Amino acid sequence: VQSALSPAGDQATAILGVWNLTLWICLPMYVLVVLALIWSLRQKPDAVPSDQVLTRALLGFVVLTAALLTAMTIGSYVADRRLHASVDDPIAIRITARQWWWQVEYDDPDPSQRFTTANELHLPVDRPARIELGTADVIHSLWIPALGGKEDLIPGRNNVLVLTPRRIGHYRGQCAEFCGLQHAHMALDVQVNDAAAFTAWRTHQLTSAAPPTSASAIAGEKLFGRLACALCHAIQGTDAGGHSGPDLTHIASRRTLAAGTLPLDRATMAAWIIDPQKHKPGATMPAVPLQAQELSAIVDYLMGLQ
Amino acid sequence: VNTTESSSKSQRDRDALLATWSDRPGFIGWLASVDHKRIGLRYIATALVFFTLAGVLALLMRIQLSRPENHFLSPDQYNQMFSMHGSAMMFLFAVPIMEALAIYVVPLMVGARNISFPRLNAFSYWVYLFGGIMIFAAFFLNIGPEAGWTAYVPLSSSDFSPGKRTDFWAQMITFTEVAALCVAVELVATILAMRAPGMTLRRIPLFAWSMLVTSLMIIFAMPAVMLASTFLITDRLIGTQFYNAAEGGDALLWQHLFWFFGHPEVYIIFMPALGIISSIVETFSRRAIFGYTAMVMALIATGFLSFGLWVHHMFATGLPPLGNSFYTAASMMIAIPSGVQVFCWIATLWTGKPRAGGRIAVPLLFVLGFFALFVLGGMTGVMLAAVPLDLQVHDTYFVVAHFHYVLIGGAVFPLMGGLYFWFPKFSGKLLGERLGRWQFWLFFIGFNAAFFPMHLLGLMGMPRRVYTYPAGLGWELPNLIASVGSWIIAVSVALFVVNVVLTLQRGKPAGDNPWGAPDLSWATSSPPPPYNFEQMPAVSGREPLWPLDRELSVMTGLATDKREALLTTPMEAAPATRWAMPDPGLWPLWSALALTVLFVWSIFSPWGVVWGAIPVALALTVWFWPRRSQPSLGGDA
Repeated sequence: VQSALSPAGDQATAILGVWNLTLWICLPMYVLVVLALIWSLRQKPDAVPSDQVLTRALLGFVVLTAALLTAMTIGSYVADRRLHASVDDPIAIRITARQWWWQVEYDDPDPSQRFTTANELHLPVDRPARIELGTADVIHSLWIPALGGKEDLIPGRNNVLVLTPRRIGHYRGQCAEFCGLQHAHMALDVQVNDAAAFTAWRTHQLTSAAPPTSASAIAGEKLFGRLACALCHAIQGTDAGGHSGPDLTHIASRRTLAAGTLPLDRATMAAWIIDPQKHKPGATMPAVPLQAQELSAIVDYLMGLQ
Repeated sequence: VNTTESSSKSQRDRDALLATWSDRPGFIGWLASVDHKRIGLRYIATALVFFTLAGVLALLMRIQLSRPENHFLSPDQYNQMFSMHGSAMMFLFAVPIMEALAIYVVPLMVGARNISFPRLNAFSYWVYLFGGIMIFAAFFLNIGPEAGWTAYVPLSSSDFSPGKRTDFWAQMITFTEVAALCVAVELVATILAMRAPGMTLRRIPLFAWSMLVTSLMIIFAMPAVMLASTFLITDRLIGTQFYNAAEGGDALLWQHLFWFFGHPEVYIIFMPALGIISSIVETFSRRAIFGYTAMVMALIATGFLSFGLWVHHMFATGLPPLGNSFYTAASMMIAIPSGVQVFCWIATLWTGKPRAGGRIAVPLLFVLGFFALFVLGGMTGVMLAAVPLDLQVHDTYFVVAHFHYVLIGGAVFPLMGGLYFWFPKFSGKLLGERLGRWQFWLFFIGFNAAFFPMHLLGLMGMPRRVYTYPAGLGWELPNLIASVGSWIIAVSVALFVVNVVLTLQRGKPAGDNPWGAPDLSWATSSPPPPYNFEQMPAVSGREPLWPLDRELSVMTGLATDKREALLTTPMEAAPATRWAMPDPGLWPLWSALALTVLFVWSIFSPWGVVWGAIPVALALTVWFWPRRSQPSLGGDA
């Protein structure tokens, strides 16, 4: 799920090739050095190699080392070229990192086809994704080991990461550059689907939030607007339009809460809202004092936002 | 009759030298000392205390990470601890202890009466001590650093790290910079101008060579971090915008400056260790080191190359790929001089008699541990040099494993060997052999248990600097093993402390040259008298004490009634002049105190720099006030 050793994309596969190359060059060399060391400690016969012999051996050793290093440098260069190869018809995504979550925007030439989600990245299999990387605060680093290497998100810079997933499945990404108090809880849920499933997901994401149906959920929607929630969170199709927190339009369709801090279900949603600082100390979301009934109404509302 | 006369003259000389070079008795005399041996030992002891404190922080972090979703430490505590652990290990332990060892050993090794600038040396120690006390006091008052030992902006800027925590960190850097630069200058001057007559460049012991290269590297590398931390302080305190991208600054500027220092820094830690290894391997192989010239060239090459690698810490920042490839090639290239040295040491052991004394001696045991660990760490370093691979494992536990293998395996193991090796020189007593073996094996096993699983953790996707991690990613067992290993290391370090205490209390006398080592530091008694050598040794070969029954030629003519040192020419070490060395005094201490006031005050107000400069200027003025003394230039030294 989060291992560089089981690649699920072109970039990760190319990098694993470099790993294998360097491993199989370094491992025998290491064994050689250790064996030489052990052998050098034996009780000596009277005759030992003269310094002339040693000097020749040293020269040979230097040539061998240089040759192996050259091989690894070339291998590294070739793989690096593959990582930066230009790709056809990529899906365009912009990821903005914030302390401590990911904002994910799917771009499109047609403005009506654009949408925003958070802490989840859905990709169609076999199609490259060109991800533009930005940050709203400090330096973060986007790393999805199963798909490829990491790339930093740096203020004032526009970095780009290209990933080409080749295997359908769930993967996990995580911030790799220390970014403050909750660096540990800054994960990204990555789902690679076939083209049809991806299109269906995309179409659904483009819709506005589902209007609440039950009385409790309707009350929840009102509370969401009346209390502090809407100051930070946006829900498309409602008055809630804050942008400093994750977009919640389809929150109930996600698998995790608070950038991978908790799995998402009714109970964790309630626990999170009543005391975010307990689960993610330092997170920017404050605890809002709520009666049990109010809490349950808000949870009903949010869990209806499929 | 003749013998009696000469021995009584020799006794008179010794008495006179002792009177001239001894410190005044009592506490004040202790504070005022400018003896490189006393200051060196103080430096070593202080660095070991900081090592222990930073190690305890590591143990606490390992408890926190021993299982997923643990609540032993809060994220704030954890972040302060890993920042403090890294900062203290790098700035308060690793660099200072290597310099400290050199402060003690190098003047003896080159046959000098004291280090070149003895009062600067005392000043350096006090600045280092006060800086270390300041940062640990801040840490215990919950204002310790929190942005990692690398303190990347903008995380460390006043927007994202408000309060004084990062200011204390940046000022700690300033303290240790000043201290390290002072020592570097002293060592360069000592090695280039105070060598025993006849110790030409090609006869300098490899430990002194490694310290010469290290000191020059410090002189070139430290200004970069000084600049970086000064920019950071002014950004934080007086609103400059060096690192603020929104105002035309650049967040990456910090990383360039920091790593332009930071990469040489790891070689600054590692190079002295190479010198220690050469001393130990040569002594216990009972033969001259093979490939001396190649070793010296390898040291110099490593020194140069280490300044051309810094970008390999920044491969994930989106720099142009072709440029990155050059840094890949340069980083790979540094494996060649390292390989040459490893080859030469093994060749020395191969053709020498490392088991002539029966079992393998403890110092050599630590050096053998070095080979097993450092070569592995070097190879993961080669892997990290490859851009694509680095993009996967950068900032993960793979990197944590790598740099602990090269820093603990590459520097702390040789350092431990060096402490066992030179302990008889320091104290006249041999550290316990049995405890030494136990310490080695516990350290070796504990180290591998603690750090080998981290390679796997990194490849399995665990980023570094996380205070906790979720269950179910396969990280539980490797983390648990690593935590157990860290406690085994703790037991090993505790054994070292026990060994030192027991040995000081009831160790057996070692004799002047217990290992049969070939360099001049063993040409005097153990521990050496305050004046180091009764008569200045003169050398005519690379191993002046070999064969061991050989009579050492000496040079006479230095005054015994005043502190006089012999200066020689940098290349050929031909006697050049006699030099009056300063007496002990308290002004280095007062100057360091005044500087401490300035540095700490400036954390709270820029005016601290202005008003704080007055006492510093006063103290320095008194310190350097010209005194009437007999001119000692020229003469037939």
